[in-house]
Amino acid sequence: MPRETAYELSIDHVQVLESDGSVDAELEPDLSEDDLLEMYWTMKRSRRLDERAIALQRRGELGTYAPATGQEAAQVGSAHALADEDWMVTSFRETPAYLARGTPPHMLLWYAMGMEEGSATTRESRNMPPSIPVGSQALHGAGLGWAQEIADEDAASLVYFGDGATSEGDVYEATNLAGVFGSHTVFLCQNNQYAISVPRAKQTRAETLAQKAAAAGIEGVQVDGNDVLGTYAVVRDALESAREGDPVFVEALTYRRSLHTTSDDPSVYRQEEEEEEWEARDPLTRFETYLRNRDTLDDDRIADIEASIEDDLREEIRLGNEGREAVDVEEMFEYAYETPIPEVERQRAAFRGEDRD
Amino acid sequence: MTEKLRLVEAVRDTLFAEMARDDSVVVYGQDVGRNGGVFRATQGLLDEYPNRVYDAPVAEAGIVGLGVGLGVYGFTPVPEIEFSGFMHQAFHQIQQHVSRLRSRTRGELNCPMTIRAPYGGGIHALEHHSESFEAGYAHTPGLKVVVPSTPADAKGLLTSSIRDPDPVVFFEPTRLYRSFREEMPEGEYTVPLGEADVVREGDDVTVVAWGAMRHRVLDAAENVDANVEVVDPRSIVPLDTETVLESVRKTGRCVVVHEAPKTGGMAAEITARINDRALYYLEAPVQRVTGYDVPYPLFAREDDYVPDEDRIRRGIERALPE
Ligand SMILES: Cc1ncc(C[n+]2csc(CCOP(=O)(O)OP(=O)(O)O)c2C)c(N)n1
Repeated sequence: MPRETAYELSIDHVQVLESDGSVDAELEPDLSEDDLLEMYWTMKRSRRLDERAIALQRRGELGTYAPATGQEAAQVGSAHALADEDWMVTSFRETPAYLARGTPPHMLLWYAMGMEEGSATTRESRNMPPSIPVGSQALHGAGLGWAQEIADEDAASLVYFGDGATSEGDVYEATNLAGVFGSHTVFLCQNNQYAISVPRAKQTRAETLAQKAAAAGIEGVQVDGNDVLGTYAVVRDALESAREGDPVFVEALTYRRSLHTTSDDPSVYRQEEEEEEWEARDPLTRFETYLRNRDTLDDDRIADIEASIEDDLREEIRLGNEGREAVDVEEMFEYAYETPIPEVERQRAAFRGEDRD
Repeated sequence: MTEKLRLVEAVRDTLFAEMARDDSVVVYGQDVGRNGGVFRATQGLLDEYPNRVYDAPVAEAGIVGLGVGLGVYGFTPVPEIEFSGFMHQAFHQIQQHVSRLRSRTRGELNCPMTIRAPYGGGIHALEHHSESFEAGYAHTPGLKVVVPSTPADAKGLLTSSIRDPDPVVFFEPTRLYRSFREEMPEGEYTVPLGEADVVREGDDVTVVAWGAMRHRVLDAAENVDANVEVVDPRSIVPLDTETVLESVRKTGRCVVVHEAPKTGGMAAEITARINDRALYYLEAPVQRVTGYDVPYPLFAREDDYVPDEDRIRRGIERALPE
């Protein structure tokens, strides 16, 4: 018997804004000047915060920090598509996304200073705290999206993870379960080309990561993740679909231009030529050219924005340090359980020196 | 002249030596190849053994589960889990398969795997990078659980672990990776699993500690008004109960120190063994100095969570006569 095609698969690639700042007018999303400026401001603020954070880490004031430099478009474009009632579920490199959702920089600094105060979040913010175990949060995003389906809420959940995370069972389980349960979930895979030192090609033999959606029976789409307009448009549409109970897997093609974390040395595993090639595709330069072309920005306005970011970050770093100096160690006993349990209270008393260990 | 090595270098040296000795040894894991491991424990191995060293995708269950297949086939898998906090992702493979393959096949198949992973706190790491879960593995029959505390022990114990026909979980204390150098025993050197080291002799009180805590205990021992005997079990499973009991029968007093939370930690097990077999030698209740029963905090609170010299000293004093 001849073989027949049982299933055919193709993955769309979307791009709106080119490296040279030119734009596909047909696909260009209808964003207001304010929206565009806000996205630009957040991207720039995030990149500058990365620089400041690395410097603080080098001075011993911060622990491990994972810079998002190069990934600003993928994150700000996608986070900007979220509505207030949507949930955001992050990994450990989502500085731009948190900033886009209104989290103040000093909280991100607190987390990097080793303080739980930085991962504290309010229910109203609908932001989950950062998740360090790679890929584990994808299931939480699928669960929130499932809850939205059960509750028949007109809202969605956006979950961030990296290319490496797609190798973890949790990510496969999350996409599969989301499909089964009609979760209102968008899976945003930032394919930044490396999982620490391991290049994408060694993570999977699959041609695209978006096609991983196919095994779960959900839609997969690829977008140029250095294109903030394209990422915005694709994720906006994906969220619409998710709100109807059709989860989507978006692969945003991007590049981690800096270190994996402050304890990493990319020169061991990366070539300079590759880094230069991606520098030419930088998301911020591209967006800036676009905004200049449409007269939203000029030298003076950029200088103003940069100055306002410097002022803002100076104040935020001050707040960060102030919080660090005021940290109350004993609070570690406070939150382990809602109602204190006797043994932990005994240990707290011993810690205070009131009682013996 | 023997070389002075740091603990991480001793691990690396041992991996080179065992790969040279036995061509069934396969080293693989996240970032262990080109990058040489996030702590550089496998640096250079890939160049020397390109067909036996592999970078693996980010998939702990996969890494350990593949090792079952490799082991059954006849290889000696030595996977690295980047941080023991992420071995939970593989715990089902370890608990359901690795640990019981021998017994469920009535000794026919085995898994001679040595799973290496950094463990414990002290380097201001991120969430989930600092916990000590040795009691969880000790609670899984079929596994051996090893914790070296010095570079020489790292060499001797890792060599024994790789050569052991049973699966071994080999926890390397992150805090000690680069903290000091030590002269290495020359040539072939093994430390049998299940043989404690009496690191310091004394007759007033026994303190049992492993990993980074062993060194804190030694410092604390200098500053108490008692003659402290310090026992480092070196392997949690098998645990050298005899050496601990012998010491307790001599001193009549015991303190167990570990970084893990108190409830259900290894100190509870060691206390129970002493109660079983040396109760009437005790002149005071066995004391525990441990982490607290709260999630291991981020590093701003870490130094107050992990037993410090002060808490260890107070623990020792509680075991001493009034
Ligand atoms: C379960 C788990 N395994 C290993 C690690 C160590 N680790 C931290 S980041 C990372 C690579 C992740 O790569 P990717 O998912 O591509 O995200 P990226 O860091 O590139 O943003 C690894 C292996 C971890 N944090 N969690």
